[in-house]
Amino acid sequence: MSFTDILLLMFSAILVENFIFAKFYGCCPFLGVSEKPDTALGMGMAVTFVMTLSGAATWAVYHFLLEPFGLEYLKTVAFILVIAALVQFIEMFLRKFIPALYASLGIYLPLITTNCAVLSAALLAIQNEYNFISAVAFGFSSALGFTLAIVVFAGVRGKMEFADPPRAFKGFPITLIAAGLLAMAFAGFSGIKL
Amino acid sequence: MKSFLRQLKEGILDNNPTLVQLLGMCPTLATTTSVQNALGMGLAATAVLIFSNLFVSLLRKFIPKQVRIAAYIVIISGFVTMVELLMKAYLNSLYQSLGIFIPLIVVNCIILARAEAFASKNKPLPSAIDGLSMGLGFTFALLLVSTVREIIGNGTFCGISLFGEGYAPALLLVMPAGAFLTLGCVIAAVQKIRNMGEDKARMEKLSQVEPESTEKEETV
Repeated sequence: MSFTDILLLMFSAILVENFIFAKFYGCCPFLGVSEKPDTALGMGMAVTFVMTLSGAATWAVYHFLLEPFGLEYLKTVAFILVIAALVQFIEMFLRKFIPALYASLGIYLPLITTNCAVLSAALLAIQNEYNFISAVAFGFSSALGFTLAIVVFAGVRGKMEFADPPRAFKGFPITLIAAGLLAMAFAGFSGIKL
Repeated sequence: MKSFLRQLKEGILDNNPTLVQLLGMCPTLATTTSVQNALGMGLAATAVLIFSNLFVSLLRKFIPKQVRIAAYIVIISGFVTMVELLMKAYLNSLYQSLGIFIPLIVVNCIILARAEAFASKNKPLPSAIDGLSMGLGFTFALLLVSTVREIIGNGTFCGISLFGEGYAPALLLVMPAGAFLTLGCVIAAVQKIRNMGEDKARMEKLSQVEPESTEKEETV
């Protein structure tokens, strides 16, 4: 894969095939942790960190451990364990060596193990037969797309606090409607074929 | 038998995992473009829920507290892999159309939530029944959303054309944006019904209180 291919892959993962608005991976944190822009940014950064590293780790586990032994069917089990262990390791590492970063990302890290965006990026990289560099680039840029979506959406939700929807729509339903309108805006990118 | 029915009602209606507890949004949004996909996804998740709840409950005395979440995830991913392989072998077209969302059942919050909140504290049989009722509740919610989306967005139900050739389907509803909009409206409808129920209960309570207070006034 040449450099331009990787750039195109990243562009497409961020905007055209946005994890939230086109693929629905990682909707739980997207709807749950998007009340304020700064917490949304913290979550986005933590996800970016984990997804880039897990993209590399799961690729290596699949190609050096599962494939040589013909254990490809165990990839779901293996990947979720790798991700859980990686999250735990990142948490311990940050707490010990970069306390400032731990203070800002720490509370989001445990949530990431069960974030389907991380697992789906790992599975998609295998399914699309990416090489190591594009697997890492794919994980990183998909997470950037996730961050973009969650931060923009947090901004929208901030405005929504001043709105007065009908009683039945209060809370979760109006949040989903707002996400739907934002998804329509992102659908504009889907016309771009790369 | 009575408690079985009560648990079933709890899972499907009163405490529906998707529509009331608002868990498991990713598959609800992603796999509801057609009724067939929704049914396949719902039943696959139900199967995983029943067995993971059963095994978490059987092993609840042996799993140390500190590593329980990791243990649950291993149990769940084992059953998800079994369901995935079975679907690949016997229901290949459904497997192809659900794609990556079958392995993603592992990180479906409903399953982990039931393992943690119910199966780790209860006996095996009630846990398996809880898995069944929560799974059916999830399936019910998926069917509700997918019915709306498929009929309006595609003009079909289970692949059968409903309105003939002249109908121009509202494609928006089968697009990603339509998933958010439809689910928002469905949950709003559920909230409306619950609000009406609450209002009714409050009115009844008030009407029970009122005669007493008027009687008191009369005696005074």
